[in-house]
Amino acid sequence: MSEWETIIGLEVHCELATATKLFCGCPNRFGDEPNTNVCPVCLGLPGSLPVLNAQVVELAVRLGRALRCEVRRSVFARKNYFYPDMPKDYQISQYDLPINVQGYLDLPSGRRVGIERAHIEEDTGKSTHVGGGGRIHDAGYSLVDYNRAGVPLLEIVSAPDLRSADDARAYVSELRAILLATGVSDAKMEEGSLRVDANVSVHRPGEPFGTRCEIKNLNSLRSLGRAIEYEARRQIDLIEAGDTVRQETRHWNEDDGRTHTLRSKEEAEDYRYFPEPDLVPLDPGDEWIARVDAELPALPAERRQRLAAAAGVEDTGGSVAVAVSRGLDELALGAIEAGADAGRVLTHIEHNLAIEGAERVKPGDLADLVKMEVGGELTATQAKTVLAEMVATGEPPAAIAKAKGFEAMGEDALAGVLDEVIAANPAEWERFVGGDEKVRGKLTGFFVGQVMKATKGQADGKVVTALLRSRVG
Amino acid sequence: MTASALEIARAVRAGERRAADVVEEHLAAIEAREPEIHAFNLVLADEARQAALAIDRRVEAGEDPGPLAGVPVALKDNLCTKGIPTTCSSRILEGWRPPYDATVVERLADAGAVVIGKTNLDEFAMGSSTEHSAFGPTRNPHDPSRVPGGSSGGSAAAVAAGFAPLALGSDTGGSIRQPAALCGVVGMKPTYGAVSRYGLVAFASSLDQIGPFAATVAEAAALFEAVAGHDPRDATSIPEPVPAVGAALDRGVAGLRVGLVTELCQAEGIEPDVSARVREAAEALESAGAKVDEVSVPAAVYGLSAYYLIAPAEASSNLARYDGVRFGLRVDAPTTGEMYDRTRTAGFGAEVKRRIMLGTYALSAGYYDAFYGKAQRVRTLILRDFAAAYEQFDVLLSPTSPCTAFPHGSKTDDPLTMYLNDVCTIPANLSGDPAITVPFGVGDDGLPVGVQIMAPALGEETLFQAAAALEAVAPSPTEARP
Repeated sequence: MSEWETIIGLEVHCELATATKLFCGCPNRFGDEPNTNVCPVCLGLPGSLPVLNAQVVELAVRLGRALRCEVRRSVFARKNYFYPDMPKDYQISQYDLPINVQGYLDLPSGRRVGIERAHIEEDTGKSTHVGGGGRIHDAGYSLVDYNRAGVPLLEIVSAPDLRSADDARAYVSELRAILLATGVSDAKMEEGSLRVDANVSVHRPGEPFGTRCEIKNLNSLRSLGRAIEYEARRQIDLIEAGDTVRQETRHWNEDDGRTHTLRSKEEAEDYRYFPEPDLVPLDPGDEWIARVDAELPALPAERRQRLAAAAGVEDTGGSVAVAVSRGLDELALGAIEAGADAGRVLTHIEHNLAIEGAERVKPGDLADLVKMEVGGELTATQAKTVLAEMVATGEPPAAIAKAKGFEAMGEDALAGVLDEVIAANPAEWERFVGGDEKVRGKLTGFFVGQVMKATKGQADGKVVTALLRSRVG
Repeated sequence: MTASALEIARAVRAGERRAADVVEEHLAAIEAREPEIHAFNLVLADEARQAALAIDRRVEAGEDPGPLAGVPVALKDNLCTKGIPTTCSSRILEGWRPPYDATVVERLADAGAVVIGKTNLDEFAMGSSTEHSAFGPTRNPHDPSRVPGGSSGGSAAAVAAGFAPLALGSDTGGSIRQPAALCGVVGMKPTYGAVSRYGLVAFASSLDQIGPFAATVAEAAALFEAVAGHDPRDATSIPEPVPAVGAALDRGVAGLRVGLVTELCQAEGIEPDVSARVREAAEALESAGAKVDEVSVPAAVYGLSAYYLIAPAEASSNLARYDGVRFGLRVDAPTTGEMYDRTRTAGFGAEVKRRIMLGTYALSAGYYDAFYGKAQRVRTLILRDFAAAYEQFDVLLSPTSPCTAFPHGSKTDDPLTMYLNDVCTIPANLSGDPAITVPFGVGDDGLPVGVQIMAPALGEETLFQAAAALEAVAPSPTEARP
C-alpha cells in the first residue's frame, strides 16, 4: 500500500446554532414533536417567500473569518430536484458566488488544509420510511417531519489536502473545535448537526489524482476513518487488478463495513441551478466583517501555538493539543507563567485533570503544586491526590497536603526503609546486584514499589531510584 | 350603473350609505351577468356581507374603516386568502385553502375594502386570454364572443362588467395591462418591489407584480396606495414610502416630456387601428401641453424572446412544489416518482406543462448559458436602453396590446401568436419599471383600445399624473361601462 497515496477532500454540513430558521421565524430546535415548528414559508406553501435571517449571516461570516476565508458578496441560488422531504422541491443554496471562499485550517499535526468555500444553504426535512428495508424504494409508506426543513446550514468544502483517515478525523475534530469555539454550531455528529461526506481517490505520488468517489452516510469519526480506509483499499484493488475506478456516489454501510454504489456519475441529477429571484444579493460589507474579526475568540490553532511557545516545545500536538481541546490551555499558561515546570503542568492537565471541576483550579495553585512536587515536598502520587482534592474543593495545595499529612520523606528516612526492604527480599537484591542494566531496570521498579508500599506512597520514587543506584556504585 | 370606488368610500365613511347595501348591489350585478361572463372562480357572497356589516358597525361606532371603506374588490385567484380556496385556476390546487392571507389582502382589509370574490385567470397566470383556465374561459363583457385578455381576465372583466369597482391582478408579462386594455378599463403594473408579493402564488418571481384594475385612473391610484408599501415578508419589497399618486393626478402634463417608443409602435402584429389610437393619444397629450417626440429603444423588441426563457425557467422551479406530497391534488401510485408523474400529469393543463418544459430545458446543464444566461444579458440591455430613454423623457408611450379583444379559440392553437400579445407589455416587467394602460377610444371593431404609459422605476407619481391627463383627453367616456 505504501506506493499508493490516498487523496481526501471533505464536505461538512453543519447546522447553525440560531434561535430561528434560515428564512422564517420558526424555532430551530432538535427533538420536538414532528411538524410542530413549521409555517407557510418553511413548508413551501404557494405564495410564501423567504426572508434571510441576519443571525445566519453573522455566524457564516464568523466561521468564514475563523477559517481565514475571504468573505464576499454572495448570491443565493436554487438547486432543483424532487424529494418529498424538500418542501419546495428546490433547495435554496449558494452556487457560483458563495459567501466564504479561499480559506484554510491548520491541523495539530501542522498540516494546512485548504478551505475552498463555506456557503449558506437550507436543510431539508427528515423522512422516515416505514416497512421494507427502511429505504424509500421498498418502504410501505413514508413519514416526513418538516421541523428541520429550512434550518440553516453551512456547507464547508475542503481542498483535497488530506492524505489519510487520521488526517480526515483530525480535520473534522479541528473543525468541530472551531465551530464550538466560535459558537457557530453545537456540531453534534450523533444528532446530525454535523454531517460529513468524503471524496476519496488514490494515486501513485507523482501521477495525477485518480477518479474520486463520494462517500455518504458517515455518522461518526469512526465511520469516517473506516470508510476512507475501506474505500482507498477498494480503489487500489480495482486498479491493481487492471480495472478502473468509476466516478460515483457511494453509501457507507456501518454493518458490513463496506461502501456500496448509490448512483453513478451518469445518473447524477442536473440541478439546474439559477439565481434565487426571491432574495437579493448578500453583501455583509467591510464594517460587518471588521466587527466580526474584532470579536473573534482565539482559535484552537493559535491557542496551541501560544501554549507550545510558553511551554518551550515545538510540537503543537500531544499534550498541548489535549490541553487546548479541553479548554484548559489558559490554566496551563497561567501556571507556566507563575513559574511552574511546563512539562509537569502539561502532564497533570493531560492525565490528572478532567474538564469537569477544572475551573476550580487556580493557575497559581497549580503552579504551587508543581513546585512542591519538583522541590521534593510531594511525591508524584501525592501530587495527583492533592490535585484531585483541589478539583473537588478549590483549596490551595499546601493546605490540602498538610491536612492529608503528606510530607515527602527525607533521604535519610528513605534509606532506612530501603534497608528494610532489601533485607526482606534477599533473592531480588542478589539478582539486582549481579544483573546487567536490563535486569536492574526491571528490579528498580520492584524495589521502588516495595518502598512506596512501606511508606504508603510518601516516598519520592526518584529519590529511591537514586539510593538504589548508589548502593551498587 | 354603480358609483365609483371613491364615491362609495366617501359615502360609507360619511354614513350616507351602508356598506351592506353596496355589497348587495354588486352581488345583484354579479347574479345578473356572471353566468354569461364567468369572471369569478368563487363569489364570496356571505363573507362579503359579513365584512360589510362589520364596516357599517365601525362607522356607526364613530370609527373610520379606512380609505376604501365598503368598496367591493375582486381578487385574482392566485392571491392567497386565509381559509378560502385559492386555485390559480388549476386542478392541482383545487380544494386547497391557504392558512394565511396575502399581504395585499391584509392591506385591503386595513383599508376597509370588502373582498367580493376570487377571479378567473389563465392557469398559474400563464396566458393572454383566460382561456387556459381549468374552470373554463372568461368572456369579455363588451362582446362575450371575445376573450377578456389574460391572464388576469377575470379581474378585468369583473371591473368592466360592474361586478366590483376595483380588482387586483398580477402582471408578469402584461397580465394586468393587456386584459385591462381589452376590457376597456385602467390596469397598472407597479415598480417591481412596490407591492409585496407575499401571498401571490409565484409564476416568475423576478417579474411578478400585483397591481390594480379600476374604471378610472383615480380609482386605480387609490387601490395602489392602499396595497403598496414595504413588507418585511418580501425580501424584494422596496423600503421606500408609498408614492402619493392620488395627489399627482391633477398636475396635468404641461412640460411633461413624452416619448413615443418607435420599436413598440412598429412591432410585429400591431394592428393599424391600434397604432392610430396611440398616435392620437400622443397628439392629444401634446395639445394638453406635453412635449411629445419619438424615441428609439432598440433592445425593446428582444424583450419577448428573453421573457419566454426567463419566465418559464423561473416557473419550472416555482411550480415544482405541486408534487402531491403536502397539499392540493395527489394521484396515488406505487412509488413516489410515479405519484409525482401522475399528479402533475393530471393536475396541470397543457400551457403550464409547455412552460415547465421550456423552462426546464432553458436551465439544463449545457444549455444554461445559451438560453437563460443570454436572456439575462438581454434583460440587462433592455434595462440600459430604457434608462437611456428616461434620460430624455419623463414617460414613454406605446400600444398596450397589438390588437383589440380577439374571438375565443382564435389563438389557442398557436402558442407563438398568443405570446406576441405581450410584446409591448413585457419590457416593463423585464426592466422592473411601472406601467399603466388607459382606455383610449375603440378599434375598427368597436372594441376598446388601451394606450400604455411607462415610467422609470419608482416613477409612479409621474405615471399616474400622465395617465390622468390622458384619460381626461380620451375620446371615449370612461364611465360608459358595458
